[in-house]
Amino acid sequence: MFGFVVRRLLSSFVVILLASFVVFIIFYLGPSNPAEPVCQAAGGRCTDERREAIEKNMGLDKPVLEAYATFMKGVVAGREVTVGSTAYPCDAPCLGISYATGLPVYEELKKRIVPTVLIAIMGSLVYLVLGVVIGVFAAARRGTMGDRMLVSGSLIVSSVPYYLVCLLAWIYLTQQTSIFPATGYFPITENPFTTIKGLFLPALVLGIATAPTYARFTRGQMVETLGDDYIRTAKAKGLNGRGVMMKHALRAAIVPIVTIFGLDFGALLGGTIFTEFIFDIDGMGRWGLFALRSPLDLPVITATVLVGAFFIVFSNLIVDLVYGFLDPRVRLG
Amino acid sequence: MTTLSKTPDAGGPAGTTEPYLEVSNLTVKFPTADGLVQAVTDLSYSVALGQTLGIVGESGSGKSVSSMAILGLHDARTARITGSIKVGGREVVGLNDAEMREMRGNTAAMIFQDALAALHPFYRVGAQLAEAYKVHHPSANKREARRRAVEMLDRVGIPEPASRVDDFPHQFSGGMRQRVMIAMGLINDPSLLIADEPTTALDVTVQAQILDLLQDLQREFNSAIILITHDLGVIAEVADDVLVMYSGRSVEYGKCKEILSHPEMPYTWGLLSSIPDVTSDPNTRMIPIPGTPPSLLNPPPGCAFEPRCIHKDKVPGDLCATRLPDMRPGGRGAGHLKRCHLADPDRVYQVEVLPEIAPDLAEER
Repeated sequence: MFGFVVRRLLSSFVVILLASFVVFIIFYLGPSNPAEPVCQAAGGRCTDERREAIEKNMGLDKPVLEAYATFMKGVVAGREVTVGSTAYPCDAPCLGISYATGLPVYEELKKRIVPTVLIAIMGSLVYLVLGVVIGVFAAARRGTMGDRMLVSGSLIVSSVPYYLVCLLAWIYLTQQTSIFPATGYFPITENPFTTIKGLFLPALVLGIATAPTYARFTRGQMVETLGDDYIRTAKAKGLNGRGVMMKHALRAAIVPIVTIFGLDFGALLGGTIFTEFIFDIDGMGRWGLFALRSPLDLPVITATVLVGAFFIVFSNLIVDLVYGFLDPRVRLG
Repeated sequence: MTTLSKTPDAGGPAGTTEPYLEVSNLTVKFPTADGLVQAVTDLSYSVALGQTLGIVGESGSGKSVSSMAILGLHDARTARITGSIKVGGREVVGLNDAEMREMRGNTAAMIFQDALAALHPFYRVGAQLAEAYKVHHPSANKREARRRAVEMLDRVGIPEPASRVDDFPHQFSGGMRQRVMIAMGLINDPSLLIADEPTTALDVTVQAQILDLLQDLQREFNSAIILITHDLGVIAEVADDVLVMYSGRSVEYGKCKEILSHPEMPYTWGLLSSIPDVTSDPNTRMIPIPGTPPSLLNPPPGCAFEPRCIHKDKVPGDLCATRLPDMRPGGRGAGHLKRCHLADPDRVYQVEVLPEIAPDLAEER
């Protein structure tokens, strides 16, 4: 078990390192010249000489491996980053300086990760509970009207594009009526209650829109499990329907559900782009999206992609560990 | 109306002829997309306390379906069950779910084949045994239920039961898992135990151990046992009575010795012929029954075995194909029922079948 964790941590570290390398190369060698936006933003005419001077300043004229080494050195020990003609101090872990704000990317990241994590936790709780409850209910009544209504209802909900759901909820529930308070992120350090209030609708919309996927998956797993031999054994013991469903069937069906949930949760932590954008929440997703606008804010994009990769690798690791607890037949080692 | 008592009013010492389980004219049908499946038709049999009934037949002959009906394990919304099943004198067809649950695992229990699949993979065997006990002993606390689980594991011959009780099913061997299954079936001292192919997934030496164990426990608890199998060898070893099923119906029913020594139905002959004999010449061919069982959706109007029967020419006319034979006593008395039109089956068996399957036995006569 301990050996397994150490080995998995090491390999996770290697994967993230590789991801950072690939991301760095893609943007470094890509068609977009990071010096261009800086040159444009500096005002006046952007001549070729000037652009080259900026490139030299920012270290963009160096070979890619050397540039990557500089970047990694900054992550570990910090460095001084030159953007345009200004030099910025950047403490470890240095992920660069945002071209748009001139602030260290890491400092901005720290601020934006909180609302994203909060939305992910609240939203995923909503869809996990809602999805599993609906799925178990439908499986227990499979073939009946209730089951068919739940399945087709969930299909309808999940076939509406997510951004549309967000937009409609935002327009009708916060703008035209005030059933829900205005959304947004209000720092949790000031008033946690206001924070929850501002994120409540976005999390609810995220949860309700994702719940049908979980309902159908849960139903499928439950129906499969209910056909297993040990369910017949449980009935033959004289257990009542609830005991058979919750203690025997759900216990077995929950394992793959937890797996999918863990992976989805990792992806959510990387940024909930539509949710944050439409409900005006300054989190990772919106930050990354805005960094794509002209002028491109490459250090920010690199950082958001890396954070996304980190969460996905990390959630995979957690899922594997949890799996060992949920299924006694699985031996980690 | 009193509650179900462990010992029926009519119960007596071992070997009593008063049946504990009485099945009469049991019919089980399932509606499917293709039509109505007649899984079991007009089945009647009885088992007394301390006695073992072996039900034989190939896959799909209705052995398991009829036995699961006794515990009401079929989906009540789809299965159509008619006829009568009396357990300890109480009619169970038509009982509601709560009344049925009171009996399941308590006065009547079932053990299943393939114990690895039949035990929950995520719960320790002790927890699964304790659960079976606590369902019917709601006042028992955790410690009592656990003690009972250890006691039962010990009783079915699992070494070091006090520590193995905390193992998961996958940590047991096949034979030990089947013992756990039996312990679970017997934990509430049932008067009726239905064993559905309990030895199918096990190798032969372990099979013998499990059968011995079942017989020991039967002597101890004096329960009625139904043993479902497709293996006549198993039947010969443990059964008092035998019921041969084909295509959802009984085709031969009587005392075990009687049926095995003087079978009167060509399907039973077929089953006997297809047993490999380790002591015989290794070059002798096994004799399979030709063809496959008929569809249960549209059973043939005559004898269900007629299409596969090699003796049907001995019956005048097309009686076999047009009229279903009744279940009635053959030439050997009222205790031996068979469903066949053959006029003198015993002679056909002695002259034609026996020399082929057991030449040495035939010569002795």
